Amino acid sequence: MIPLSWYLILSAALFSIGLFGVMARRNAIAILLGIELMFNAVNINLVAFWRYLDPTIMNGQVFAIIVFAVAAAEVAVGLALVISVYRNRKTVVVDDLDLLKW
Amino acid sequence: MRYTSTMVMSILPEILLLILGIILLVIEPFWKGDKRRNAGKLTAAGLFVIMALSIYFGRPNESTMDEVVFGGMIRFDWLAFFFKMMFVFSAAVTALFMMDHEILGKRGESYIMLLAATLGMNLMAASADLVMLFLAIETASIPLYVLAGFTVADKKSTESGIKYLLFGAMTTAVMLYGFSLLFGFAGTTNLYALADQVVTGQLPLGVALGLFLLIVVGLGFKVAIVPFHFWAPDVYTGSPTPVVGFLSTASKAAGFAVLARLFIIGFEGNLFPLSDLAYSWASILAVLAAITMTLGNLVALKQTNMKRLLAYSSIAHSGYAMIGLVALTELGMTSLVFYLLAYILTNLAAFGTAIAFERVTGSTEIKDYAGLSRRSPGLAIIMLVAFLSLAGMPPFGGFVAKIFVFAAAVQVNMIWLAVIGILNSIIGLYYYLNVLKVIYLYRMEGEDEESHPIPLTRPYALGLVVLSVGILLVGTLIAPWFGFSNEAALNLFKF
Repeated sequence: MIPLSWYLILSAALFSIGLFGVMARRNAIAILLGIELMFNAVNINLVAFWRYLDPTIMNGQVFAIIVFAVAAAEVAVGLALVISVYRNRKTVVVDDLDLLKW
Repeated sequence: MRYTSTMVMSILPEILLLILGIILLVIEPFWKGDKRRNAGKLTAAGLFVIMALSIYFGRPNESTMDEVVFGGMIRFDWLAFFFKMMFVFSAAVTALFMMDHEILGKRGESYIMLLAATLGMNLMAASADLVMLFLAIETASIPLYVLAGFTVADKKSTESGIKYLLFGAMTTAVMLYGFSLLFGFAGTTNLYALADQVVTGQLPLGVALGLFLLIVVGLGFKVAIVPFHFWAPDVYTGSPTPVVGFLSTASKAAGFAVLARLFIIGFEGNLFPLSDLAYSWASILAVLAAITMTLGNLVALKQTNMKRLLAYSSIAHSGYAMIGLVALTELGMTSLVFYLLAYILTNLAAFGTAIAFERVTGSTEIKDYAGLSRRSPGLAIIMLVAFLSLAGMPPFGGFVAKIFVFAAAVQVNMIWLAVIGILNSIIGLYYYLNVLKVIYLYRMEGEDEESHPIPLTRPYALGLVVLSVGILLVGTLIAPWFGFSNEAALNLFKF
């Protein structure tokens, strides 16, 4: 069987890529994609831990299912907000959203 | 899992919130035109009734304290109950404030979102399991993202909505990564079982602290402590003001409820003497609290916009409240709960006056408040109460709350933190008094204040009077509130 650590490394890498995307990208939709990658890294972690620790305890799987359900809801709201911003401003680049600045 | 009556009792406020939401969804479409305001009346009245029913029927008692409800997903104790009542109360007042808002007040959805967010916050305060905790945090957050961007025609509101969502989703993802690793290392998602894993030294100090840092990103965002505060001024300025009032009080208190339960139970904050782990994370949070207070107050000094000023002031107040948490004692926890109670009343009143002023004048600039004492003496006096309480003046709630928080810091020899807190209160006093100076001493341009009155509609008047009486009650009749806070604090420190 593939050792647990491989999964953890995969998920850490995925998480870092997602975090980098959030920090580096300027497009609101790309940022949302980065956030999705971070959520998926979490899911890999959860399912891997569930499988390797004690598959009879379902906490890990339940947690993973709840995570992607919630992530879907979050992205739905996110895209709706992106659309309403686009209607107002004709842009989804976060650098251009600078009405609110100190 | 066997059914017990505690199950219903433990989520009584949430069940009632859901019922109220469904009633609202069904009835609201039938109200047209002027009748649309009824939705706000129904929500506010319903929330006050929920509060009364919960206090009468749904109080926790000795036997339910340690009972594991819903397979350990939630706890039914005074800590949860006290916070729940605070959230329901602030939602009720927010519903009153929303009623006469141009857009929020005419749309039933805004009240549904408010109820959904309140439900999530209630569960945040009660949850004792990482799965439940995450679900509750998101249930509270997602409706708030929608509310922040609710006025879709307003460029600022949509911008603040998307900023809030992007910051929020990112910090939540980081926190969730922490949760997943915590689950993996401890082998359980239950906070109380987690405590055993951490306490017996299963986790090396470095790993545990790393997990703590990941988790504190998400919760730090909720309570807006430095360095996770960037969203607050922007979102507070852009969002509809009634929403901001809710965001800066209930949402923040919910974050603190989670911080307290998660870290004090899960990361061995209630052991005596303190372990290395507890000492380390408390020190990190203490430093963050000091920076938060100082930065919030210093930046607030030069703000010219009321909502931005209140945003930085609320960042500073997170810092004060955090002192109560990092003391890691029973008094510290009591003072935290008491502080949040006083803060919710005070900040809601401050935002309420800003809402009432903005509705008539359309402005949130501080210089436009000139002559307010002549234009609307009632509004000015409530503003006086709210701002003096924020500044920590007797006989208002904010004064007593600050005393307890600083006392908690002194009791555990964190004198430096108390000193920084007191210095910050003095800085705070300056800018709060500055606003009062504009209100009371300056005249409007043209000096004809009498021809520009600021009428208060009935829901605003009701909400503001309730809040001001609350501030005075918390500041003068201290004992009962302190007693409740103490009951709540004991749940974390007595086993």
